Amino acid sequence: MSSPILCARRLGFGYGAKRVGRDVDLEVQPGEVVCLLGPNGSGKTTLFKTILGLLPAQAGEVLVDGSPLSKLSRPELARRLAYVPQAHAAHFPFRVIDMVVMGRTAHLGLFAAPSNEDRRRAIEALSALGISDLAETEYTRISGGQRQLALIARALAQNAPAIVMDEPTASLDFGNQVIVLAEVRRLAAQGFAVLLSTHDPDHAFSISQRVALLNAGRLLAQGRPHDVLTPARLREVYGVTVTVERLSQGQTVCAPDFCVAPDGGAQKQPS
Amino acid sequence: MTRSMPRLLAGIPLGVLGGLTVALLALIAAAALIGAYPLTLSDIAQAVFRRLAGAPPRGQIDTVLFEVRLPRVFAAVLVGAALAAAGAAYQTLFRNPLVSPDILGVSTGAGLGAVFGIFLSLPVAGIQLAAFIMGLATVGLVYAIASVVHGREPLLVLVLAGVVVGALAGAAISLLKILADPYDQLPAIVFWLLGSLSAIRKGEVWSATPLVVAALVPLVLLRWRINVLSLGDEEAKALGVEAGRLRLFVIAAATLMTASVVAISGVIGWLGLVIPHIARMLVGPNFDRLLPTAMLLGGGYLLLVDTLARSMARIEVPIGILTAVIGAPFFLWLLARGREGWS
Repeated sequence: MSSPILCARRLGFGYGAKRVGRDVDLEVQPGEVVCLLGPNGSGKTTLFKTILGLLPAQAGEVLVDGSPLSKLSRPELARRLAYVPQAHAAHFPFRVIDMVVMGRTAHLGLFAAPSNEDRRRAIEALSALGISDLAETEYTRISGGQRQLALIARALAQNAPAIVMDEPTASLDFGNQVIVLAEVRRLAAQGFAVLLSTHDPDHAFSISQRVALLNAGRLLAQGRPHDVLTPARLREVYGVTVTVERLSQGQTVCAPDFCVAPDGGAQKQPS
Repeated sequence: MTRSMPRLLAGIPLGVLGGLTVALLALIAAAALIGAYPLTLSDIAQAVFRRLAGAPPRGQIDTVLFEVRLPRVFAAVLVGAALAAAGAAYQTLFRNPLVSPDILGVSTGAGLGAVFGIFLSLPVAGIQLAAFIMGLATVGLVYAIASVVHGREPLLVLVLAGVVVGALAGAAISLLKILADPYDQLPAIVFWLLGSLSAIRKGEVWSATPLVVAALVPLVLLRWRINVLSLGDEEAKALGVEAGRLRLFVIAAATLMTASVVAISGVIGWLGLVIPHIARMLVGPNFDRLLPTAMLLGGGYLLLVDTLARSMARIEVPIGILTAVIGAPFFLWLLARGREGWS
């Protein structure tokens, strides 16, 4: 086993004095997708912010490419670790190419603007994700799925060996979810280490080598998807009864049992 | 970091900038001709030639041109360009196309500082310093309030904080007006609060220029990082930018720029809000294009307004009134266009 690009050791995290989670041990190897699952409020976002150096660790440490996070400057960290936020509405109508070129910032001097070489790399990243035809379009005018792909392209242009993605499939339609997940798989196949959070166990089954299940700020389990995402554990964490089934094509899916709620009563359908 | 001129200019729409530059030069020439003492192009050419040749100034023409008209023309361009540049920086930095020196309370804060300076009968440099300190304190207070109040709408909180702090500064200004000497200081304060370049003197223009240039240098050098900051602190940090420090630095530069011109021109509202919008419509949000475009537009716009102000009617109309009459409807139009129009 090669050495991990991203590694958290007995990490404690939270806002200020408020503790959200502790004792998290997590590793991401090159070429591996690790999915972080956990219910709302379990601390996924806070954990990610701590791993990205946006919040100070309350305990333990994060190692990025072998160096302690606290010893790295922002540009040094950004050259090792890229962040793909949830597709957001931009405030200003930057062109997609401008947005992607911003991924080159950590490779530029303080007073420099991107060179033609930086632009070339940005276009390469857009081509890799199959959206180079959007380069001149305003980021505010493309769809949510296209925005998510553009943000992944920005992370590619950043040229960091590890990528952290915060719920990249949230708020995307079904087709765009599949497209984004397929791209994440390709990134790992190219050797990137990818850590991503998701709400959908199916996504973890389809793209990740390992799953970490976070509940109330602590890792409940970590390992291969089939070992971690058992009906018993999903019921423990989410409070719903599910069936995990392997389809004839080889995919594994997780289906909730709507008729049988955990307490025996009828499960309320969301309106 | 090595960069040649062509690369610096790469991607900058030279057509738009060239057109705006030509328009500004034409406006400057026209503004130099227009006034209570009419000058002709040949008067100006001869006077400029005399001065360049080192000959002694002759008669009223030279006095009017070099002591009154050109300083005022230059002041209008300087003040307009500086307010537009500061507005563009604030809007990009606060990720909010609706902020401007006025809405953030910087203008009123700087105004309070300057009124205090007039009240204490300080020299121009002292008034500028007081304007800068109070302007910076105001934007700091607004920003601090907005970051402490964890509202659902940070944009709304920011604007409301600006309104509240601006109202407080306005109350302090009213107090100073009551305390001021009614024959000497009060007219100066009132006239100054309405915004006017009519009392501008050559020395004041010269004292404001280096401050504006000093504040402009970091905006030009950091133009790319300012784009990245517009994504918000977390994303900017993840992209390798020391967001917190850089943001404060750019805010200080934009505030210095606002305060140093507010100290000589008085409060001129709306320009810093409206001009960056028009610039963004022309060349997009990329700061390396937005900044020069906004400055050319702002300089030209204020020169046009000031020339109208001094030639339109028998009495001079304070330009703060004119920019508000033009700016307020434009702002409403922006609101009506909705989010789609943040371009």
